[in-house]
Amino acid sequence: MYNVTCDVAIVGGGPAGLSAAVAAKKEGAKKVLIIERDESIGGILQQCLHPGFGLTYFKEELTGPEYAGRFAKEAIELGVEFLLNSMVLEVDNANNAVICVNKEYGMTQVTASSIILAMGCRERTRANIMIPGSRPAGVYTAGSAQRLVNRQNEMVGKKVVILGSGDIGMIMARRMTLEGAKVLAVIELNDFLAGLTRNKVQCLDDFGIPLYLSHTITKIDGYQRVEGIHFAKVDEKKKPIPETEQFIECDTLLLSVGLIPENELTRKAEIKMNRITNGPEVNQYMQTSAGNIFACGNVVHVNDLVDNVTTESQKAGRFAAQYAMNTLPETVKTAQSVTGSNVRYLCPQSVDISEKNETISLYFRVLQPELDVTLVAKSGGTIIAKKKRPRVNPGEMEHIEFQTKDICDENVTVEVVKEG
Amino acid sequence: MTKEIICTVCPMGCHITVDGEGDTILSVTGFTCKRGEQYASTEFAHPVRILTTTIRTDNEKNPLVPVRSAKPIPKEKVMDCMKVIRTYQAKAPIQTYDVLIENICDTGVDIVATGTLD
Amino acid sequence: MVKTDVVIIGAGAVGCAIARELSKYQVKVVVVDKRDDIGGDASKSNSAIIHTGYDAAPGTLESQLVVAANPMYDKLAKDLDIPFKRIGAILPAFTQEQYDKLPAIKEKAFKNHVYDVEYLTREEILEKEPELNPEVKGGLYIPRESIIDPFILVQALAENANENGVDFMLNTEVVDIKVENGAIKSVETTNGSIETTFVVNAAALHCDDIAAMVGKADYKVVARRGQFYILDKNTSCKVQNIVLPIPTKITKGKLMTPTIHGNMLVGPTAEDLDNKVDVSTTTEGLDSIYADVSKMIPHVNIRDTITQYSGLRPNRNPEGLHVDVYDDLAGYVNLSGVRSTGLTLSVAMGKYVVEKLKEIGCQMTFKEDFKPTRTGIPRFHEMSREEQEKLIQDNPLYGTIICRCETITEGEIVDAIRRPLGARTVDAVKRRVRAGMGRCQGGFCGPKVIEILSRELGIPTEEVNKNLPGSHMIVGKNK
Repeated sequence: MYNVTCDVAIVGGGPAGLSAAVAAKKEGAKKVLIIERDESIGGILQQCLHPGFGLTYFKEELTGPEYAGRFAKEAIELGVEFLLNSMVLEVDNANNAVICVNKEYGMTQVTASSIILAMGCRERTRANIMIPGSRPAGVYTAGSAQRLVNRQNEMVGKKVVILGSGDIGMIMARRMTLEGAKVLAVIELNDFLAGLTRNKVQCLDDFGIPLYLSHTITKIDGYQRVEGIHFAKVDEKKKPIPETEQFIECDTLLLSVGLIPENELTRKAEIKMNRITNGPEVNQYMQTSAGNIFACGNVVHVNDLVDNVTTESQKAGRFAAQYAMNTLPETVKTAQSVTGSNVRYLCPQSVDISEKNETISLYFRVLQPELDVTLVAKSGGTIIAKKKRPRVNPGEMEHIEFQTKDICDENVTVEVVKEG
Repeated sequence: MTKEIICTVCPMGCHITVDGEGDTILSVTGFTCKRGEQYASTEFAHPVRILTTTIRTDNEKNPLVPVRSAKPIPKEKVMDCMKVIRTYQAKAPIQTYDVLIENICDTGVDIVATGTLD
Repeated sequence: MVKTDVVIIGAGAVGCAIARELSKYQVKVVVVDKRDDIGGDASKSNSAIIHTGYDAAPGTLESQLVVAANPMYDKLAKDLDIPFKRIGAILPAFTQEQYDKLPAIKEKAFKNHVYDVEYLTREEILEKEPELNPEVKGGLYIPRESIIDPFILVQALAENANENGVDFMLNTEVVDIKVENGAIKSVETTNGSIETTFVVNAAALHCDDIAAMVGKADYKVVARRGQFYILDKNTSCKVQNIVLPIPTKITKGKLMTPTIHGNMLVGPTAEDLDNKVDVSTTTEGLDSIYADVSKMIPHVNIRDTITQYSGLRPNRNPEGLHVDVYDDLAGYVNLSGVRSTGLTLSVAMGKYVVEKLKEIGCQMTFKEDFKPTRTGIPRFHEMSREEQEKLIQDNPLYGTIICRCETITEGEIVDAIRRPLGARTVDAVKRRVRAGMGRCQGGFCGPKVIEILSRELGIPTEEVNKNLPGSHMIVGKNK
């Protein structure tokens, strides 16, 4: 077995891994190693050609490759090391080791003082949402199609229907149209758009692509290649109404029906998981239940903006470096994050309180869209933070900040309260 | 002519109504911030978009390089630009922000690489 | 023109098992199949169980063959490198009515010479299967009911037959069978004529169409569709045994079982179709599976499904398993009614058909150089770290993981394509090495598998099919 030793080992070289690596280096970690399964760094951003990245972090509008490129450049300049074409098979936290496989070195053991999990997420599939019908070629998740079209120069179809109004779905509607395909419909189960309004305007409206809200696909036709799809309006219980069924002839169906954090390694390492996020539970240092293992980015919870991923991953990088150098603040007591009304989950799930006061950002998603609300954080019955929002939406991540010195019992509860 | 424009500046998605003719704007209503008013006016008279796509390369392993318009281009020229881009082939090595097509379709805007190729 | 002694029509489990059995003898054998891969229709979409025959109709040919086949699998699995496990089945009774049926089921098993069925008390059955509905009153245990990788079973039989001299003609559809003076003369196919003395019709769903070519279609195939769910390996509710419902007069019912690779399989439905092609799944069908199985296993988590599929059982009307030879048609063996027990009984059917062929004049001399074993594709993820290390040293392609969900390497995929009767399509790769069988269902590895197929087969990516001819994954270069 090939052996490598480092201070901080990072699993995944996408935006989360790169941001964490840069931060770990800046914090003083000597040897930082990114283990990446692909042959290049940048992760999924390499196939996200579209603009819209970096508006909060860089205050300018970048494309995916540009955004990833900036962090990759910085990481290389700071001396971060890379193990490419390497798939991690196991995180062995008893031995502070990561076991990976690489065609050049064979089985490789990376021993590290701290480990950061940054594997990202994967797409929900046709089977996850149980679309009935036959199983022909031509059904792709939007991200797979994006890789084929944008990186491998392969066209996946000519007459396209897209299920799900998530951002990737709408962005692929524009990409396919620009590359000469005809996008016939975008179909969304909910009565609201899953992605950002700007994507509806610039990706669908600009090209006259019809959007069907409160509709779903009831059947896929075709034995060799997709020949068409049946779709219908849904009732309040989201069940299709048979008499509203329509048929669209098409050769391709793209699915943009949600993302799931990829946590096979985390589960195998017996790290405590959260039922709602499908990611590991973390504290404000992005530290998991296995103290030497940190996690960041979409592996923890699915983000809508890469800028958030960067901010969160920088914390993971910084504190993983501190852990490796034995300078992480000593915890005096721990408070749990508790979801109040209209809050689906909170991240981090717990806050470690040390002697030193810290500012904590709790990230969360709402359950229901709502106008004119106040985000409230409470501890021991006292309001410790408050923030007005003109509008909240399950598709957009919210956050609220407070001080650890204000926490006065074992819990911090966050709720979204309607004004008046 | 009256146009309803959905603002894309922030996630609020205000529905802004613009009344005018050609370049002349008579009234803008329904916006909730200055940036929204500005966006709606531009969108009414001269809608522009950043175009992002790929250019074919001479490299078998990386057959495409990602590109963008260095600045926004008129919306109505997007499809024409795509036709021109389709005819180009880029040669390695390519650095980020290398100009691959100058002044595409007389827009005064260059098409630049957003990625690298060794 | 191709000349042979025996033509087997159909490369499903039964066709391949007959081919492998015949490959032990000095006869020339050709297997033809209209698909571009071995594995047929029914053989690739079933419950992947090797039955004991405890519930067969006593005294029937089906009972004899299933009962005879079950004990053969231990050696076969070892010889041919087939994943196989004797996990046992339980039949829980939840109502008094069901409980009262247990003695009759045990008695029937006895009549089928399945002597090892045992009663289980409520405590015993709950200990064996903690996920059962606690209202369970007791049940039966059938220890030799087993699970297998059904794809590898067929591949292993075919590859071993091929290594021992059997030729396979895939992408070859039989269009006619020529008979002269009351004897088989030739089989006419889309790839030319095959002169032969014997024909074995193992065409399953299409065996009535083949029988009609020689005027022996005194029955009709009725496709009975079965829909299934596959659940994630990490699903919150897993069973340890094959959990079978107590059958009613109308149906054998829907079961839940682990698969040999650690997923959960739930189903099937039983729907008679008026065609032989409709492998769609339906909302009603899938909903009915949950409704039935959740009565036995209340916490079954259908939302953890990673795929749903349906298969067609080639039942016949009038019913029953038949192996027919004819006084007025020399050289012809007709198999029909090979239904849900077909996978299990295939290996016994191989031996049975050899005897039938002998009866009708086929000379069988044992081949002294018959090679009974086959080396399968290495399964990287099942190996120790040391074995993995060695594999990569010998061939660096095993150091690149292509399918992350199932940990499948490029080396395994390339082996699946390059070996005899190798994979030609994305689904054929999946059936050999499980790339794309995991929770992302090929979302990540699909594009890479297309690239590897294109490279290895020397064809453009737009000619790579998902499965059937014309099932293109890619429609052309983008630019």
